[in-house]
Amino acid sequence: MNESQNQLSHCELVGCGSNEHFNRRTLLKVAGFSGISWLTPVAHQLARAEEQNRRKRPRSLIILWLEGAASQLETFDPHPGTEIAAGSKARNTSVNTIQLGEGLEQTAELMEHFAIVRSVVSREGDHERAIYNVKTGYRPDPTLVHPAIGSVVCHHFRQKDQGVVDIPRHVSVLAASAPARGGFLGNEYDAFKIGDPLRPIPDVRAPVDDQRFQRRVGDLRKLNALSSRQFNAPHLDAALNMMSSEQLKAFDISSVAASERNAYGDAPFGRGCLAAVQLIEAGVRCVEVTLPGWDSHANNHQIQAERISVLDPAMAALIRDLQRRDLLDQTIVVCAGEFGRTPFMNIASGRDHWPHGFSIALAGGGIQGGRVIGETNPHPKRDSADRLQDIKNPQPIENVHASILHALGIDHEQEFSTPIGRPMPICEGDVIPELFA
Amino acid sequence: MFTQSPHTKYLFFWTVFSVGLCAVVYSLWPQPRVSVPRTYRSNWYHQPKIAALITAIDKEYADRWENEGLSCADEVDTFRVIRRISLGLIGTIPSLEELRVLEKLPREQQVNWWVSRLLEDRRCSDYLAERFARIYVGVDDGPFIVFRRRRFVHWLSDQFYRNVGYDQIIRQLLAGDGLWTDSPAVNFITATIDVETGKPDPIRLAGRTSRAFLGIRMDCLQCHDDFLGNVALGDAEHLQGGVQSNFHELAAFFAQVQNNIGGVRDTLHSPAYRYQYLGDDEATSVAAAVPYGGSLVVSNDSLRKQLVEWMTHRDNRPVARTIVNRVWAILCGKPLVQPIDHLPLYGPFPPGLELLVDDFVEHGYDLHRLIRVIVGTKVFRLDSNANFEITSKHRRLWAVFPTSSLRPEQVAGSIIQSTSLQTIDASASILLQLAKFGQEQQFVERFGDWGEDELSAPPCSTVTQQLLMMNGEMIQDRLTQGFNAPQQAARLSPDETTIVTNAFLATLTRPPTEQERMHFCQQLSGLRGEERIAAIEDLYWTLINGGEFSWNY
Repeated sequence: MNESQNQLSHCELVGCGSNEHFNRRTLLKVAGFSGISWLTPVAHQLARAEEQNRRKRPRSLIILWLEGAASQLETFDPHPGTEIAAGSKARNTSVNTIQLGEGLEQTAELMEHFAIVRSVVSREGDHERAIYNVKTGYRPDPTLVHPAIGSVVCHHFRQKDQGVVDIPRHVSVLAASAPARGGFLGNEYDAFKIGDPLRPIPDVRAPVDDQRFQRRVGDLRKLNALSSRQFNAPHLDAALNMMSSEQLKAFDISSVAASERNAYGDAPFGRGCLAAVQLIEAGVRCVEVTLPGWDSHANNHQIQAERISVLDPAMAALIRDLQRRDLLDQTIVVCAGEFGRTPFMNIASGRDHWPHGFSIALAGGGIQGGRVIGETNPHPKRDSADRLQDIKNPQPIENVHASILHALGIDHEQEFSTPIGRPMPICEGDVIPELFA
Repeated sequence: MFTQSPHTKYLFFWTVFSVGLCAVVYSLWPQPRVSVPRTYRSNWYHQPKIAALITAIDKEYADRWENEGLSCADEVDTFRVIRRISLGLIGTIPSLEELRVLEKLPREQQVNWWVSRLLEDRRCSDYLAERFARIYVGVDDGPFIVFRRRRFVHWLSDQFYRNVGYDQIIRQLLAGDGLWTDSPAVNFITATIDVETGKPDPIRLAGRTSRAFLGIRMDCLQCHDDFLGNVALGDAEHLQGGVQSNFHELAAFFAQVQNNIGGVRDTLHSPAYRYQYLGDDEATSVAAAVPYGGSLVVSNDSLRKQLVEWMTHRDNRPVARTIVNRVWAILCGKPLVQPIDHLPLYGPFPPGLELLVDDFVEHGYDLHRLIRVIVGTKVFRLDSNANFEITSKHRRLWAVFPTSSLRPEQVAGSIIQSTSLQTIDASASILLQLAKFGQEQQFVERFGDWGEDELSAPPCSTVTQQLLMMNGEMIQDRLTQGFNAPQQAARLSPDETTIVTNAFLATLTRPPTEQERMHFCQQLSGLRGEERIAAIEDLYWTLINGGEFSWNY
C-alpha cells in the first residue's frame, strides 16, 4: 500500500464522512489550488480542528505486557530509602515531582507523556487468573469467557475496518502463555500470534512455490464444488487476500534502518515494539507485545534490573516513534503486568505476588501525561483484614479498562449480549477522571 | 553390614542396562496391529433389554416427528457412523489401517466391533478424561504445587478405562481426602485453593459442582437473586426462582474442607460458612442445604459426604441426566438439552433422555454401556443431509444429525492420523506417539483452544485458522516426511486409482465419487518420481483443506 493509500485508509478510519471533515477537505482542496491554503487563518483553524478530532477519537491500542509481574517498587512506584525498597533506588524524571525506578532512564526523559496509576488493586494473586483479570477487566467466570480489551476494541471498530485492513487487526507479539482472546465475542477477535519480528510471520507464506500453490487452490475449489453438500469454508478468499496483501510488510522490520532498530534495543521485545508501531500505522487496532520473565520470587533486584534494561529503551523508542509518525495522539500505550510484587522481601531475596496496590503506566491517546494517580504507603501496615488502608485513591483494574475504552471513544457502559443472551456490560469500572483532567 | 563384590555390581549394572535396552527395543518394535477387542460380543445389541431400550428410544423420536409432521433423514453408511464414533471417543478419524480391518467384517457387526475396540483403547479414556477434566477443573495450570492437573487427568482416564461407575467417580471427586499426588481426585478440591489464604474456595467449588454434576447454572446467585427467570429450584410442587441463599447453602457443604500438609481433609469443628447477602449489613452464618430434593439428604458426619450421598442417590435424576446429556454431546457434537450445563429440573425433556437416564442409573452408572446405547440409536445414524428442506425444527428435534465443526484437537488429531499409514494408538511406536503429542499441542495452541466451554456453541472459524491449515508447519511436515502416507503412497501404490481411493479413505473416511476419482487420477496421470510425490502431497493437502474434512456430519 503506497503513502496516498495509507492516508486514505487513515482518513476513513478516523471517521471521515462527517460533515465537518468533508467541508474541511473540500476547503483545503480549494485553498490548495489557490496555492495559499497553508498561509490562511482558515487552514490553521482547520488543522487545529483535525488535531482536536484526532484527540477526541484515538483509534488504537498498544499493550506492553510484562508477563510474570514487574515489581512496582523497582519500576513505576519506587520508595527509595524505605524499608520496603530493600535497597532499590530511584531516579528523577523530566517531571520534577515524579521519580521512576533506577534503570528507566530513557522512559524518565519522556515522563511528560506518561500517567502512572500507582494504586491499582485486584483480587487475583495467581498468574493465570490475574492475567485473565487484567486483560479482560473481569475475574475468571467459569460460565463465560470474557473478551480481552483488544478484542473489545476490534469488535467496536469492525465495520469501520471492513475492507480497509487485510491483515489481522489484533496482534500478539511474543505471546507467552496467555495471548489475548476474543472470548464470547468470538474467536475471530483472538489475537494473531507472531514471534520475534525478525523471523518470518507464521502461516502467511505458502510452503510451496506459487505455481504449485495456485494448482492446490484450484484443486481445492474443484473439490468443494464437486462435493454433494456445501460445507462452510468462508475464509478461503480472505486468507488468500491476506497472503498477497501489501499490508503484510507492516510485520517486517528487516528493512528498517539499523539506527532506528537499535534505538529499541537489541532484543525481541524491542523489535516487537517497532513492529507494533508499523502495524498501528497500517491500521491494526490493537497490538500486544509481551516481555516475559518478571516473576522474581528469588533475586528480585537482579531479575528486575535485567528486565528493565530491555523494557526501558523499547518503551521510550516506541513513544518517540509514535510521536514522530504523528500517531501518539491516536494511540494509547499501556504498560502493565498481572499484578505487582510484595512490599517486602522473602528469604530468597525475592518479592512474591501482590495485587494490593501496583502500578500501570499509560501514555498517548488523550491521556494527560506527567502525573501520577494514587499512592501506596511507603510504610505499609500490611493488615490482611484491610489491605486498602495502605493505598490512597485505590483503582480497581476495571477502572483502568473503563478509562482506556473512554479514551478510545468507546462507551464503556454499553452492554454486550453473550451467546446465551445474558446482558454483559462491556466493562464494570468507572473512568479515572484524573487521567483526562 | 552387607558388602557388594565388584562382580555383583557389574551384574546389577548389566541387568538394569539390559532390561532398559529391551524395553526400548520393545517399544520401537512393531506391535500386533488392530487386534480383536476383548469385550466384543457380536450379539450385544441383540440382548433383549438393550434391543428393547433402543427400540423405545427410537419410537419416542418417531412419535415426536410424526406428531410434528416431520420427516427424518435417511441413515448413513457404516463408515460415516464409524467416523462419528471415532471423533467422539478418540478425537481423530479412523486410520486407513483400521478401515481396512473393518471392511473385512460383516457390515452389521462393524459398528459394534468398532465401539468395543475404542472403549478398550487408551486413546478413548485419555480423550474422555481431558473432556471431563475441563468441566471439573478447567484448563489452567491452577495453584502452584497443590494442584496437579496432569495427575488428575491421568486418574480420570484410569476410571474411564476401568469403567468405574460414575457415582463412584463423583464420590472420589467431591468427598476424597488426601494429597493431590497420591489421591489425584482431590485435585478437584485443590484446583480452587486461594493462593493467599491457602484454603479451598467454597464458592468456586459450589459453582463447579452445580454446573458439572447438577446441570444447573446458578453462578449468578452468588451475588444476587435470579431476576431473569433463568434458575428454577426446589421440589416439583414448589418450584421457585433461585435466590442467593440457594448458591451459598450449596457452598456451605464445602466449609469444612481444609488443605494442609497432609492434604485435603474435613475439619468437623471448623467455623461455619458465612456470607454477607446483598442488602445485608453484615455476614451471617449459612447452613448447608441442597437446592432441590431435600428429602434425599441423609445425615452423615461430614458435610461433603452428605452432599455426595445426596448426589449419588438413585432418585437424584438431575445428576444422571447431566452426565447423559454430556456424553450425548461428546458423541454427537451437540447436547440433547442446551445449554449443556443448564437442564430444567423437571422437564420438559427431549425424547429418549429419560429412558437413557433410567437405564444408566439401573445399571450402576455404567458409562461404557451408555455410550454403546447412544451409538445404537437411530438418531445417531441419521444423515445430516436430506432430500427435503431442513428447517430449524428438524435440527431441534434431531430429525437430522447435527453438523458440527471439528474442535481444534479433533482437527489436529485427524490431520496427524490421516497422514499416517499406521494407526497411532497405544501400541504404536513410542516415537510416533511422542511426535503426535507434540504436534497436536503446537497445532491446538495456534488454532485456538476452545477451553472448558468447548461443548457449548462452537466458535466460528477464522481467517488465521484457514491460514494455519493451508500454510502451517505441522501440515507441511506431515505431508513431506518420508514415513508418512503421501510419501509411502507414492512408493507402494500400484496405480492412481489406489492412491486416490486411499487418500479419500484416510482423510474423509469415504471413497471418492466417480467425478472426484476421475479428476484427481487425471492430476496424477503420467507423473513419475518427484513430480508424482509432489502431486500426491498436493492431493492430501487439498483433501485436508477441503470443507468436508473439518466437519462432523
